[in-house]
Amino acid sequence: METLPAFRAETIRNDFPALHQKVYNKPLVYLDNAATTQKPSVVIQRLSDYYANENCNIHRGVHYLSQQATAAFEQARAVTARFIGAQKAHEVIFTKGTTESINLMADSLGRLLMKNGGSVLITGMEHHANLIPWQQLCLQHQGKLLVTRLNEKGEIDLDHFAELLKQGPVIAAFAHISNALGTISPVAEMIRLAHDAGVPVLIDGAQSIAHCPVDVTELDCDFFVFSGHKVYAPMGVGVLYGKEEWLLKMPPYQFGGEMVDQVSFEKTSFNDLPFKFEAGTPNVGAVLGLETALNYLNRIGVAAVGAYEHSLIEHALAKLSAIDGLRVVGQAAQRASVISFLIGDSHPYDGGTLLDKMGFAVRTGHHCAQPVMDIFGVPGTIRASIAMYNTFDEVDRLCEAVQRCATMLT
Amino acid sequence: MTIEQTEQQIIEEFSIFEDWLDKYNYLIECGKDVPLIDARYKTNNYLISGCQSRVWLHADFIDGKVYFTADSDAVITKGIIYLLIRVLSGRRPDEIIGASLAFLEVIGLKEHLSPTRSNGLLSMVKQMKLYAQVFKLKMSN
Ligand SMILES: Cc1ncc(COP(=O)(O)O)c(C=O)c1O
Repeated sequence: METLPAFRAETIRNDFPALHQKVYNKPLVYLDNAATTQKPSVVIQRLSDYYANENCNIHRGVHYLSQQATAAFEQARAVTARFIGAQKAHEVIFTKGTTESINLMADSLGRLLMKNGGSVLITGMEHHANLIPWQQLCLQHQGKLLVTRLNEKGEIDLDHFAELLKQGPVIAAFAHISNALGTISPVAEMIRLAHDAGVPVLIDGAQSIAHCPVDVTELDCDFFVFSGHKVYAPMGVGVLYGKEEWLLKMPPYQFGGEMVDQVSFEKTSFNDLPFKFEAGTPNVGAVLGLETALNYLNRIGVAAVGAYEHSLIEHALAKLSAIDGLRVVGQAAQRASVISFLIGDSHPYDGGTLLDKMGFAVRTGHHCAQPVMDIFGVPGTIRASIAMYNTFDEVDRLCEAVQRCATMLT
Repeated sequence: MTIEQTEQQIIEEFSIFEDWLDKYNYLIECGKDVPLIDARYKTNNYLISGCQSRVWLHADFIDGKVYFTADSDAVITKGIIYLLIRVLSGRRPDEIIGASLAFLEVIGLKEHLSPTRSNGLLSMVKQMKLYAQVFKLKMSN
């Protein structure tokens, strides 16, 4: 097969124990990476080491273990900041995941900027996590959620985006890569348009972080959020990157230990960045696992991963499209990570059930993006989503299996 | 034929398939024989929402027996509906209420009735039993 010489998915696979198992007596083909990625041994080992040898609450102990854990935690923050091109480590806030990062933003930025009748700008292809928090913020303020139209291919209508910016939303929040369609949005252009209109930008990078290099400084986005578990790290850790100037102005989200400077019964003065936004005990193990995962991915090189995955997606698209009656939902020119499709007129549940029985882990349904499904007039799709450890051979096997489903279902 | 006898019959029909693909092929074929719900009942009132696939169910009570009609937008779901109706339709309410439907486990399709599947089938079985309860009450009044 046409594997790029410098990139060996077959070798990378060996680092991921969960990939080497059978389901229903067939080798597992894991193609649900947009939901969560599998973890390499180094990450699993890092968690184990942490709990075996280093477990300690951070930032408040003078004793040895606490100082070690605190140093490791802050080093993880620095590694994460470098990974996304942030200038300052304290611009990285650790959260539980993308969902919490966006809820933090809607709450905190909402209190800072939202006025009665105000608005927030999103797009028609957002995951519910980047839709509902803003929708609720708007509802609380008798405001308006502005939704950028998509074209028939499932791409952003940039003119409409520019038009909606004129209504002066408090923020423009949109996905880098759509988890339902695989569309890569022209985020650099969108950020420029938003800034020209004086509107700050949040990028939902949940689907891009593992698939293309991200440099928040070059992009000049104001906020960037992602989940560790979608980039080979453990569940339970996520990131909110924010420009220092914004984070300094924004009020805290949750209140409690760690995030305070001075507390009396009358008042509290809050701690500096990033601690102001990290109330309570964080998921230290997962944060260290995230550092390990990012270092691991860096050794392979995200750009190389992106190039390999691009050829894999193109290969899959070409082969799937050749199947009689198969319909790819979302035909964006720039795409990555996921392929959503339907087999003839059959219900996605049927195809998903049959593929499962053949050992393929794919997802069926609306992928937490119901409005996107409504735009395309489908109840849901079958979604195959790839990662760097998926091979051309696996994609070929998927296509054969889909062909078999098509014979059975149409 | 009793419920148990019908279940036994289905178990025997399915026992000839060694490959699960053949089994599902047969299931899909079965779905074509579902006694279809009358178009006027194929509305939200009769919809059992399962999130992934949708199921519509209606019941008539004639001479002390319950007769089901149904439909679904997914063919595998429909195949299982066929089996459920074959076992439960034309029965007295008490028989329906007491049915264990153990045959689904024997033929290896029980997973489709798991709550995590969100295909509407589990709710459908509940709804069939609920119809039986209501008709039983009506009878005794
Ligand atoms: C684009 C996008 N945004 C947000 C999320 C939510 O991520 P999490 O559940 O990790 O908070 C996802 C996860 O599927 C996603 O794909």
